[in-house]
Amino acid sequence: MYNILIGGAAGQGVDTTCAILEKLLKQSGYHVFSTKDLMSRVRGGHNFTLIRFGAEEVASHSYILDGIVAFNQETVELHRSKLNSNGFILCDPSLSVEANNVVKIGMNDIAKKLGNPKVAGSISIGAILKLFGETLDHIRNVFAKVVKPEYLDINLKAVEIGYDSVEQQYPHKDGVYGDWMLLTGNQALSLGAITAGLKFYSAYPMSPSTSIMEYLAGKMTEAGIVVEQAEDEIAAINMAIGASFVGARAMTGTSGGGFCLMVEALGLSGMAEIPLVVADIQRPGPVTGLPTRTEQSDLNFVISASHGEFPRMVIALKNHADAFYQTIRAFNMAEKYQIPVIILSDQYLADSSATVEPFDINKIKRYCASEEQYDGEYLRYRFTTNGISPRLLPGTTKGFASADSDEHDERGWITESAEIRVQMMDKRLLKLKKLELELQEPEFIGNDSCETLFLGWGSTYGPIKEAVTILNRQSSKRFGALVFGDVYPLPVKYLTEKIKKAKRIINVEQNATGQFAQLIREKTGIVCTSSILKYDGRQISGEQIAEQVLKEAGK
Amino acid sequence: MSVSSKEFCTSETAWCPGCGNFSILKCLKQSLEELGKDPHEVLLVAGIGQAAKTPQYLSANSFCGLHGRALPVAIAAKIANQNLTVIVNSGEGDSYGEGGNHFIHNIRRNVDITHFVHDNQIYALTKGQASPTSAEGHVTGVQTEGSMNTPLNPILMAIAAGAGFVARAFSGEPEQLVSIMKQAILYKGYSLVDILQPCISFNKINTFSYYQKRIYKLKSDYNPYDKVEAIKKALEFGNQIPMGVIYQAEKRTFHEKNSVLSSGVPLLDQHQDVSLIEKYIREFV
Ligand SMILES: Cc1ncc(C[n+]2csc(CCOP(=O)(O)OP(=O)(O)O)c2C)c(N)n1
Ligand code: SF4
Repeated sequence: MYNILIGGAAGQGVDTTCAILEKLLKQSGYHVFSTKDLMSRVRGGHNFTLIRFGAEEVASHSYILDGIVAFNQETVELHRSKLNSNGFILCDPSLSVEANNVVKIGMNDIAKKLGNPKVAGSISIGAILKLFGETLDHIRNVFAKVVKPEYLDINLKAVEIGYDSVEQQYPHKDGVYGDWMLLTGNQALSLGAITAGLKFYSAYPMSPSTSIMEYLAGKMTEAGIVVEQAEDEIAAINMAIGASFVGARAMTGTSGGGFCLMVEALGLSGMAEIPLVVADIQRPGPVTGLPTRTEQSDLNFVISASHGEFPRMVIALKNHADAFYQTIRAFNMAEKYQIPVIILSDQYLADSSATVEPFDINKIKRYCASEEQYDGEYLRYRFTTNGISPRLLPGTTKGFASADSDEHDERGWITESAEIRVQMMDKRLLKLKKLELELQEPEFIGNDSCETLFLGWGSTYGPIKEAVTILNRQSSKRFGALVFGDVYPLPVKYLTEKIKKAKRIINVEQNATGQFAQLIREKTGIVCTSSILKYDGRQISGEQIAEQVLKEAGK
Repeated sequence: MSVSSKEFCTSETAWCPGCGNFSILKCLKQSLEELGKDPHEVLLVAGIGQAAKTPQYLSANSFCGLHGRALPVAIAAKIANQNLTVIVNSGEGDSYGEGGNHFIHNIRRNVDITHFVHDNQIYALTKGQASPTSAEGHVTGVQTEGSMNTPLNPILMAIAAGAGFVARAFSGEPEQLVSIMKQAILYKGYSLVDILQPCISFNKINTFSYYQKRIYKLKSDYNPYDKVEAIKKALEFGNQIPMGVIYQAEKRTFHEKNSVLSSGVPLLDQHQDVSLIEKYIREFV
């Protein structure tokens, strides 16, 4: 497995360079995982992307570097300490770098001579391919998809110059596949939504959720989806509810701050029993927090957002494949139980790219509630044994449907009857009983008879998985982990089983207060022995988790 | 209740006897019947408030959502199924106060829905606080020294924001109200009717006779397509209050502009081709 960092100021082309390089590495047969570290600014500052690639599957990033591609001095200063002893630094001669393995190419001059300063990144791509023993076989194809035709030749020329400027340093490792997908978490989520039959998406731009709206908008006409940029998040969620009430599969997406504004309408979805999918792509809070960075601190909030009591479901996304399949499931669960389903993702997963096995659409089951035909009086909120009342889509039959945010009777008419209030509350909450039978248990990773059990949820899946592997290799103790996707309601079967053997339980979370550990304690009485918490806006890596555990064990 | 007949049934209400809302409800029922609508083709949307209870009292599809949020629900319902006749009935607090942002921006969207604002110049459901259209100096339990804020002029605002159908009516003039309601429902695009509606319980200033003394009907030769004239009429709100269709223009609707909806096939009925998903997956390979 190799790991390189490409860094520079915003506007210097780090993003484009990485996007192309990733695709080329994937074409060479490598598994790829890349994650972005972005500043919230359009120009300047320091941005970098970590690209990890190799013949074996890779589920997360690493901070231990085989190489640094530096577009500015800052990149060198900030990251050289993480370089392996024989790692290289690739840069322009204008940067002052003294190290063992510096590869300097006059990228800026060559690019100028070629007639476009922007192709410096392509020169570095050529150099990297050579350093790692790759061929130039795929460059034309890959570049053609990313750059405009008039810039194609100059870029290919730049790649070749870069390629010829250096000597190979690392062996090519034969990869195992050629036809996997390479996509970001938000792209996988969006694709899941389309596959689920999404018809209406409304949102107000907010990082890191905006790329969902962008992806969907790009497919709008062809896929027959209306994507509407709302005037605010309150409108966005109410629109999604309106479209869903009439029968269109609808979703809204935002990040924590926008979710705050959606809270009243979340309750509306619960009270009026209208299916709704809301994606909360978390970023650090409170309020504007760190707009372009990552955190898992909305858990407490989304499981209890909105006043009063109503059933809901919260699904945390673990990785790219999960983002696809669980988004489809979210739509199914929302429709089946006529409840709001919240998808929790975060900037790390949203913006990172990974190679994944092509999504298998034959695996997908699309739950569709049978539409009732009513000629007589239709009772929108009919009392049933499982709390789910048959749904009628307005305008499709002679019957008519009403929805109400006030407490209502079976017809959907306002009532203040104490008796009906209790019956209606019970009816709504009854849905949870059936839903709980359908929960997905957390994934278990590692040694079955583990003494140390990590507990995690969502996007820390990859890092935790890597940590378990490292620890089981490096330590005589046995390690395992349970990583949750369904977090609310909380499935507890595996947890109570696995806990019996474990001597230590460590929750790993990207927040400051251990929200998931609190939830587990509340629901099961199980108390974690210790916590590994990271809340500096950067995702924890597998090595960092392992290091912390070994350090504590040494004490 | 027979729902197969074309008749819209009204049920017992929780309004005060003598409230202007009764007449609006009756006129709405009459308008829908005269237009030959079937109850199941109609979706009545409202927020929260006294006026917002209207959908509860008429047999049709209905959605009573959140205070201020009727418009986003209504436009999205229309986007999802354009065969529905979507009508919003809500108070001026709901429509211009809590929902002010949606009011402005949905004019820009121009989705083909009809918006009837029951404008009683007071917050009724919450028992008598100033509303966005309450007159300056109007004393209430909260505005103890009289409302200090300039009242909003919804007609002027709507014209300025680019609405294509803007009218004013009075609940006490049912004949004209029905005629305006029908025109508003038939208008292709967003239509606003600000309906002056006396609240007998909480607004002792803008009473039935207060309005009756001031209103006058626009002359038959009034040209609603003249925007400058319309703005002049919109500015009249005092001793003289003009009633009728104040401004009208032809504008492309959201559905006409949107490539997914312009075919006329309701979004709901558009079927997705599975091969598309396979294609999208391949785009990442
Ligand atoms: C978010 C929210 N804030 C406040 C309220 C309380 N509330 C209900 S109706 C209303 C005002 C009603 O005034 P208007 O819309 O003019 O309707 P009217 O009752 O006069 O017909 C208010 C403030 C609420 N339901 N929701
Ligand atoms: S309080 Fe006012 S608005 Fe409400 S029903 Fe009574 S008169 Fe009508």
